[in-house]
Amino acid sequence: MLPSLSQVIAEKKAGQPPTHGQGAMSHGTPDTSQPKIETRHLNFYYGQRQALFDISIQVPQRNVTALIGPSGCGKSTFLRTLNRMNDIVDGARVEGLVQLDGTDIYRPNIDVVSLRKRVGMVFQKSNPFPKSVFDNVAFGPRIAGLTDRKKLGEIVESCLKRAALWEEVSHRLKDSALALSGGQQQRLCIARALATDPEVLLMDEPASALDPASTARVEDLIFELRRNYTIVIVTHNMQQAARVSEFTAFFFQGRLIEMDRTDQLFTKPKEKETEDYITGRFG
Amino acid sequence: MSNTPDSESRATGARLTSATLSPAERPSLQKRWSLTTLKEQCIRLVLFCCALLSVATTAGIILVLFSETLLFFSQVSVLSFFGDTVWQPQSQDNPRFGIWPLACGTFLVAGIAGLIGMPLGLLSALYLSEYASERSRSYLKPTLEVLAGIPSIVYGYFALVFLTPYVLQPIFMNALGFEVGGFNVLSAGIVVGIMIVPTISSLSEDVLRSVPRGLREAGLALGSTKFDVSVRIVLPAALSGIMAAFLLALSRAVGETMAVTIAAGSQPDLSLNVLRSIETMTAYIVMVSLGEAAAGSIEYRSLYVVAMSLFLITLVMNIIARFILRRYRNVYQ
Ligand SMILES: Nc1ncnc2c1ncn2[C@@H]1O[C@H](COP(=O)(O)OP(=O)(O)O)[C@@H](O)[C@H]1O
Ligand SMILES: [Mg+2]
Repeated sequence: MLPSLSQVIAEKKAGQPPTHGQGAMSHGTPDTSQPKIETRHLNFYYGQRQALFDISIQVPQRNVTALIGPSGCGKSTFLRTLNRMNDIVDGARVEGLVQLDGTDIYRPNIDVVSLRKRVGMVFQKSNPFPKSVFDNVAFGPRIAGLTDRKKLGEIVESCLKRAALWEEVSHRLKDSALALSGGQQQRLCIARALATDPEVLLMDEPASALDPASTARVEDLIFELRRNYTIVIVTHNMQQAARVSEFTAFFFQGRLIEMDRTDQLFTKPKEKETEDYITGRFG
Repeated sequence: MSNTPDSESRATGARLTSATLSPAERPSLQKRWSLTTLKEQCIRLVLFCCALLSVATTAGIILVLFSETLLFFSQVSVLSFFGDTVWQPQSQDNPRFGIWPLACGTFLVAGIAGLIGMPLGLLSALYLSEYASERSRSYLKPTLEVLAGIPSIVYGYFALVFLTPYVLQPIFMNALGFEVGGFNVLSAGIVVGIMIVPTISSLSEDVLRSVPRGLREAGLALGSTKFDVSVRIVLPAALSGIMAAFLLALSRAVGETMAVTIAAGSQPDLSLNVLRSIETMTAYIVMVSLGEAAAGSIEYRSLYVVAMSLFLITLVMNIIARFILRRYRNVYQ
């Protein structure tokens, strides 16, 4: 039996008292004083087909924000507008405003390469390069021009430690990353994303292909990282959203239905669609 | 499976599907000798014979090559074949059969062709797979493949009447002062290099495209430029497949006949001067075939030993290439 959502929320509250009920965070609405990412009236089209409708959202600094919703509702599409990964899709088109720290990232003079260094991404299917563990993590710093082996080694070690992988791979940094287990590969991808020293981490169902034990490790990791990075995580698993996130946004048919503190959204949703979804009436 | 009892189905009398028939009435599954099965057998036999014929032909060719090669070595020692540096099989008083002049010609042409064809082919493959839009790809790819359809004699002629007199001689002779023969290795190497571009680009492009999309996205998401992704991720991931493409193309260059016979001439000298005429193994075979070497003569048999060498060289290159390709495919399913 899966634990019920309210159970998960209650456990999380009990387990993490200091993280809740402080300052601006205590009154049950997202901390909107200084959003890290903000979209206004965002529409997205794949050719003729509109995939996102009028999304206005504020993603708070140094928090985990979960995007939930039924399959095909546009969660991945939305996530990929935030680091302009959709640019590589033929015929994709964006309307509206997407801001990172108040800067419109779709302005013509934006350097997409530096944007993506600041906004890292972890994919659903783990995708380590067919290189050594070391070279995977060192990839980002190297393309940024770092060649000093000692510095690279320090970065690799600290990122692997932050990704909770160092213990397992410290003695096999030269081995191919493809020889790692699925869960290790996904944590390696997280370490690799951390190595470019991003401010935002976008995660698209990072644990959906993992077994329960690896999933738990990745979730713990996300929880660990939440105070140093702004994390946006897509998940179709509501328990997961409840466990790792402080804010949750519910998407449905390309629209943002509501966004609220995770405990609020899961216990007292304001919209009927949200309630139907979290009580399992559809999706 | 229908469990309806027979009696009941007869009583309704309506649905006479085989499932409701009594066992005796159901169509027998036993094989019967009919016109259809006879036709099937005939087709099968004809197809089998066709397959057998091509296998038998290959086997026959190898057998002839092998036996004539053995006969050749009963008259000329293996040592002088590999040890001598002069190839003059027609000489009446002192015929000599050192393979190196011919081998040198072949490898010079293939080497120049590789120097030209490999970068050109690889870069066009990179462009097609990483940079070109679907639209331009749909024009460029067929155009490139047309190159492969041009008869090689056209390339040879192009080298002889255009490349040598209007490009190579003005540059190397008039400007730099080197002697450039009307027949020369360089012009042959260049056109063979152009000939193998389609082979390399189309094989390499397949390999490059089979690199999973996820790796490219991972690279881009880390702040790579398209060039970084191509050079640091896609190329290394596809490297073994590209090596295989190179080998296959080089084995084509080694076996190329018409263009080199026309452009490089038939002067079997052991020399690295690419501005002079040489003779390749294939060109030698052409020459002897056109001449009047009597069957059974040593000159006639030398044709087979050269053919055998050529066959072995290209066979080994092909086997290695296919081995690499197969292993590469296993990495990404
Ligand atoms: N590359 C694409 N081209 C065209 N349509 C796409 C593409 N990617 C996704 N879509 C469509 O956009 C909609 C949203 O997809 P997606 O963002 O992947 O949903 P989710 O991640 O919530 O499951 C779906 O209907 C999907 O079919
Ligand atoms: Mg998705």
